Amino acid sequence: MAEKKLMKGNEALAEGAVRAGCRFFAGYPITPQNEIPEYMSWRLPQVGGTFVQSESEVSAINMVYGAAATGVRCMTSSSSPGISLKQEGISYCAGADLPSLVVNVMRGGPGLGNIAGAQGDYWQATRGGGHGDYRTFVMAPSSVSEMANFPDKCFEVAFKYRVPAMILADGLIGQMMEPVDFTRPEIDLRTIPEPAWALGVNNGREKRMIKSLYINEGCLEKTVIERVKRYKQIEESEVLYEEKMLEDAELALVAYGISARVSVAAMKLARAKGIKVGLFRPITLWPYPKKRLLELSDRIKKFLAVEMNLGQMVDDVRLSLNGAAEVYLHSKPGGSLISAEEVCATIESVVKKGAKEYAAAK
Amino acid sequence: MYQGIRISGFGGQGVISAGVLLAQAGMMEGKEVSFFPSYGAEMRGGTANCSVVVASDEVSTPIVTTPDTVIVLNEPSLAKFEPMVKPGGLLIINSSLVNSKAARKDINVLYVPCNEIAGELGNTKVMNMVAIGAFAAATGAMSIDAIARALPKVYKKLKPEVIELNIKALQRGAEFKLN
Repeated sequence: MAEKKLMKGNEALAEGAVRAGCRFFAGYPITPQNEIPEYMSWRLPQVGGTFVQSESEVSAINMVYGAAATGVRCMTSSSSPGISLKQEGISYCAGADLPSLVVNVMRGGPGLGNIAGAQGDYWQATRGGGHGDYRTFVMAPSSVSEMANFPDKCFEVAFKYRVPAMILADGLIGQMMEPVDFTRPEIDLRTIPEPAWALGVNNGREKRMIKSLYINEGCLEKTVIERVKRYKQIEESEVLYEEKMLEDAELALVAYGISARVSVAAMKLARAKGIKVGLFRPITLWPYPKKRLLELSDRIKKFLAVEMNLGQMVDDVRLSLNGAAEVYLHSKPGGSLISAEEVCATIESVVKKGAKEYAAAK
Repeated sequence: MYQGIRISGFGGQGVISAGVLLAQAGMMEGKEVSFFPSYGAEMRGGTANCSVVVASDEVSTPIVTTPDTVIVLNEPSLAKFEPMVKPGGLLIINSSLVNSKAARKDINVLYVPCNEIAGELGNTKVMNMVAIGAFAAATGAMSIDAIARALPKVYKKLKPEVIELNIKALQRGAEFKLN
């Protein structure tokens, strides 16, 4: 095994993207993701790639649109306010079926908010964010090693289904340092054939066109319906999640990113008090692991969503369970970190609440 | 084994570097580790702090809210971080720059004149090493040797004689014992 390396989340993500074949990066600085463009600025030239510090977030995503149209693995990164600016371009990438990677290292919002880690962009990431009927493949890393290895998975899915992919991290995962394992092999770009749709020099081959404008009657509908078929395939094949101690659990915490780590600590505190708690961690936020959550409700009747926002992912928990189990929420907005002790107190009250009702019914 | 550490001081005192070094040393000793910096509008002369966790099990949250050990390198940090120390925990105070004494009686306090010792060694910049040397010896959370081995991994551009100076500072810090 290779020696583990102590790396910052943002740097690990940048290195992971380069190993996954990323050869074009455009971005504009914003805390807490600045280490990504900084790293790319010296690393990409080493592998023959291109780094551009753009004049704005809007131009960065449009440069990515252009680079993606040539079939190159490309990305941009930013933090919440900057990601809002990129939404138009992400919608255009989705409309033109362009595989690309957008990284959001979330900070507190709305508006300029603050620079602390937060999870307030869940709705924006999973509901499209930009205009029109589209989806982005969204992964939520909860460790520095996942920051290192998720770009590869994102490029794989983005190219396979021709969709934009997003890594939805937060300021804590981006700024923290941890030992990193690069588990996915480095991509040898020479082994990857040029996509059949990629633009470039045309030496007599059939004309190719990349666009998101379909003016003629019925054309847009047809295009969108064809795209939705790919979304269905993603929902069937690309769902990822992790389960911890759910076997005997009477309550399941549901959390992603940094909240999932706090939840692990809360789970241990609760277990020490004799409460059987487990953790369900969605790794893909779209597609959301709906089926598995519903399966779990066969034996777990209480779910507690833990998130650093006003309560956004909890919607997906409710949609997945569709009334099959009780859903509770422990959340904190404004870029404030949730503590394990707080979550444990909520766990106790949720479990006790049920016990009282159960005793009363008896 | 779990050791949550908070280090705080002026920007430029090597607060962040000392934290990264502890995490690297912990990792090299086969422990699970995490490091988290304050990343606001930090600048030289402003305040900076960081969280380090060294543990035998998976680290859950990287921000240490109830530290086993707090290292304060300047006066303002004492007021901010003394209340956070876990009862029975350790507070290391850089007595060269912190004139106040710790108020709490339920924690262990170690006064280390970091700047003076570093000055005696010939370079006040290594004052952070004196502090973490004292930490390593007082807690036993990691060996001085591990921190010494971590030095060239974290500071790839340091000359051998500067590494030597840092190691000396670690050793001088390790001479401080709790009463």
